[in-house]
Amino acid sequence: MSGVRVLVGTRKGAFVLTSDGARKQWDIHGPFFGGWELYHVKGSPADPNRLYASQSSSWFGQIIQRSDDGGKTWFQPGTPPGEPTTAPDGTPQGESNKFVYDSSSETGQPLTTHQWYDGTQHPWEFKRVWHLEPSLTDPDTIYAGVEDAAIFRSTDGGQTWQELPGLRSAKGHLWQPGAGGMCLHTILLDPGNPERIFVAISAAGTFRTDDAGKTWQPVNRGLKSPYELPDPTAEVGHCVHCIAKHPSRPNVLFMQKHWDVMRSDDAGESWHEISGDLPSDFGFPIAVHAHEPETIYVVPIKSDSEHFPPEGKLRVYRSRTGGNEWEGLTKGLPQQDCYVNILRDAMAVDSLDPCGIYVGTTGGQVYASADSGDSWLPIVRDLPPVLSVEVQALP
Amino acid sequence: MNTIRVILPAHLRTLARIDGEVKLEIEGPATPHAVLNALEIRYPMLRGTIRDQVTRQRRPFIRFFGCGQDLSHEPPDTPLPEAITTGEEPFLIVGAMAGG
Repeated sequence: MSGVRVLVGTRKGAFVLTSDGARKQWDIHGPFFGGWELYHVKGSPADPNRLYASQSSSWFGQIIQRSDDGGKTWFQPGTPPGEPTTAPDGTPQGESNKFVYDSSSETGQPLTTHQWYDGTQHPWEFKRVWHLEPSLTDPDTIYAGVEDAAIFRSTDGGQTWQELPGLRSAKGHLWQPGAGGMCLHTILLDPGNPERIFVAISAAGTFRTDDAGKTWQPVNRGLKSPYELPDPTAEVGHCVHCIAKHPSRPNVLFMQKHWDVMRSDDAGESWHEISGDLPSDFGFPIAVHAHEPETIYVVPIKSDSEHFPPEGKLRVYRSRTGGNEWEGLTKGLPQQDCYVNILRDAMAVDSLDPCGIYVGTTGGQVYASADSGDSWLPIVRDLPPVLSVEVQALP
Repeated sequence: MNTIRVILPAHLRTLARIDGEVKLEIEGPATPHAVLNALEIRYPMLRGTIRDQVTRQRRPFIRFFGCGQDLSHEPPDTPLPEAITTGEEPFLIVGAMAGG
C-alpha cells in the first residue's frame, strides 16, 4: 500500500486528508463545496479514484458530486455533453440530484405515508442523502440512503437514481422520524452474496434483503427499547444508530443502538446485548477491525440528551472478544474537558496492517490511530463539525 | 423574444461554473416559470436547486426579487415587470436570510 486517503464530510464542506502508509504526516486538501453540508463522501472499492459525495443545503437542496481522479476535481454526473437537456415535452431533464420515490402501480410502493409525530400518516418527502454506498464491484453502481427513509440505486455513475421501493413495504406505515429525522443511514453490502443487503434506519430499525432489494424484512428481534417505544420489543421502530460487519463474517452484525450495543450471529434474525462493562452504552458509530473480525470499536456518549463523552474524556472503546469486555483507548485523545460528539458515520477503519482507525468529532477534530487504536494523533483540529469519515487504502 | 438578466446566488454560480449575471432569451411571455425553464436547460446542474424537480414548486428558502418587489409569491406564470422583460432590471434569485 502506498498510502491512505481519508474523506471527511463536514457541516461546511468536504476535506481530503492524505498520508503515506506510516500515517504520521498528513496533507489537508479542501474545503471542497465550501458552505454546503457534506453528509457523506465515499470511494468505490472497485476504483479508488472514483469518489461520490452527498452535498446538501437547506436553501438549494440535494446535489450529488463525483470525482474520477481521487478528489482533485469534482463534477455533477448529469447530462453528458451533446445529449439533449430537455425531455420530448420540452421540460428540463432530471439531473443527478433527482430522487423521486417510486409510487408507480407497476413497480412502486403504493403506500406513500409513514407515521408522523402526531400519530397521523404523513407523505414521504425527500430531504437529503445521508449515506452513499458504492458497489463492491462496479464503480458506476452506487446506493444512496436518504431521508425520508428509503434506498435508491444508480447504475450510471450517479447520473440517475431509482428507488428500491420494496423496503417501504416492510411496515413503512409504522416508521416514525426521530429527532434527527427519518433517515436511512447505513447500507452494508455482502462481498460473498450480491443479493444480500442490510440497511439501518432511524427510527425504524434494521432491514435485510436477500433478493437484491426487491423484498425486505425487518430484522430486529432481540432489540429492546423500553424508554422509546410503548412495546419495547416491537418489530419496527427501534432507533438503530449504526451497524457494521466484517467482510469475512456475512452473518455476524454489530449494532450501536440509541442505547445498547448489540450483536447478531444469524444475519439479524436475533440480537443480543454486548454492552458489558462500557461506561455508557449510548453512542452513534460502531466499526469492526479490518483484520480481526471479533475486534470492534464504539465511542460511548453520556446519554440521549447529553451528547458528549462521559466525564469529559474522549475514549474509543475496543473489544477484542466480540463484545462484553471492553477497554478504553485514551492515549493521544483528550482526557479532560472534552464535550464533543462523534456522529454515526464519523468512524472508519483502513485495511493496512496494522489496522488504522479514524474518528471525526463535532468539534472539528479528526483523530487517527495507526496501531488499531492503541495510540492516537490528531490529523487536523479545527475543521467545521465533522459529519462523516471514510478511509481508502491506496495501491 | 425577451432577453432577461438573471442574478444567481453565489453558491449556484459556483455550481453552474459562471461569473456574473446570466442573460436568457425567452420566447413568449416572460414569466418566472419561463425564466427558470430556460435557466435549467442552459445549466442542467441547477435543476432541483431552485424549485422541486417534480412539483416545480419554489424551494422554501429561495426568493425571487425584481424592481424592488418580492415576486416569490406570485403564481409562476405571472408576467414579470416590464423593466425585467426589457433587460433594464435583473431578475434576482436569492437565498433567503437565515437568522441566528
